[in-house]
Amino acid sequence: MDKIYPGMADAISDIEDGMTVMIGGFGGSGAPIELIHALVDRYKTTGTPGGLTVVNNNAGNGGIGIAAMINAGMVAKMICSFPRSSDPRAFTDRYLAGEIGLELVPQGTLAERIRAGGAGIPAFYTPATFGTQLAEGKPVAEFDGKSYVQERWLKADVALIKAELADRKGNLTYRKAARNFSPLMAAAAKVTIVQARQVVATGGIDPEHIITPGIFVNRVVEVTDPQQEEALLRAEAS
Amino acid sequence: MASKLTNAQIAWRAAQDLPDGSYVNLGIGFPEMIAKFKPEGREVIYHTENGVLDFGEAPPVGEEDWDLINAGKKAITLNAGAAFFHHADSFAMVRGGHLDVAVLGAYQIAETGDLANWSTGPGSVPAVGGAMDLVHGAKQIWVVTDHVTKKGQPKLLKSCTLPLTGVGCVTTVYTSLAVFDILDKRFVLREKLPSMSLDELQAVTEAEIVVNGKPRDLNVPEL
Repeated sequence: MDKIYPGMADAISDIEDGMTVMIGGFGGSGAPIELIHALVDRYKTTGTPGGLTVVNNNAGNGGIGIAAMINAGMVAKMICSFPRSSDPRAFTDRYLAGEIGLELVPQGTLAERIRAGGAGIPAFYTPATFGTQLAEGKPVAEFDGKSYVQERWLKADVALIKAELADRKGNLTYRKAARNFSPLMAAAAKVTIVQARQVVATGGIDPEHIITPGIFVNRVVEVTDPQQEEALLRAEAS
Repeated sequence: MASKLTNAQIAWRAAQDLPDGSYVNLGIGFPEMIAKFKPEGREVIYHTENGVLDFGEAPPVGEEDWDLINAGKKAITLNAGAAFFHHADSFAMVRGGHLDVAVLGAYQIAETGDLANWSTGPGSVPAVGGAMDLVHGAKQIWVVTDHVTKKGQPKLLKSCTLPLTGVGCVTTVYTSLAVFDILDKRFVLREKLPSMSLDELQAVTEAEIVVNGKPRDLNVPEL
């Protein structure tokens, strides 16, 4: 078993038009910039993959990462909790022009829907959104005298993940708060593609420290000096 | 004292009520100011939605690590004993009732405890973040807010007119003029600025103010 891919282009070559792509990260923390831009480059060269549904907490910032995907025209719909940022123009302009779809999901519900997708739980009840616009059309049930809203699992064709350490079996660690949605997304996607800062020998990660076990990971590409989205945005702005 | 409290003074007042040994989530923006007014000698552990418990102050400019941020995407530092976790665990802490206090801002609060703080209606990009989860689960939901809107309209209402964040969730409201606890679907006055009469306060409050005994003076230092 060897999940290591030598090149970025190979690792993302079979992502197709219309797929649902989960992308790890919360703002710039954990955003897999190199994987995203490899996908943007492929789209600009070949016209594929377009019409994507992208799942992330946010909807891009400035012109980097998910904002670059939106600017390239390859995103049909965002599923996110907070499509605002310090520079949200890429998404906002297209959204207000009716050129991109939005499914707005409360952050905890988004996390739990993804977790449920990876865990084989088709639906669950949460107190979030009860009595609000975001619960319209969804089943409501009472448990122990309190009302809850039914939410469905969220799964994806592909997840793009940024990790700190990986081994050839796909075991992963993350750096600081860059973990956020990534362990959930790795489990919820059919194909999970990881960029790791360092690929270590099998057994090189203490089993006590593994956050995402390799069973949830399909492909790993080493990116030894990964770009950090927020740092790029600040450099761009100054 | 001035005729109304500044945001810093509202944050100071809310901070005085932080329980020792509590787990607290401070909402993005204004509520974040509360941390710097925490009374000496009380231990408070802050939670942020993106997967950190026990973070400290912002690092000096130039020393930020942008993988280490809070829900407002601001750089943070870690206290000794901090922990990282993924988003599903983070919201298990929220919905599971493990937080003692969550503090949010508000467009409108109803006497029933309903909160509206995420959408001003059609024509803008809607964004909800973690607010709809946070209003369920924390043992107390505090709101910090100006008493009226920028146009002078009341924010403490009989019922909200803007899209709701949550129903019957707010427990305490700290405004620029007064402090209220929401009890039995009524705004019960706890403190008000001494410079203001009850009638003057009621005139800028749409919902009826309930007074149980003489309200205490809302005294806040100049900041």
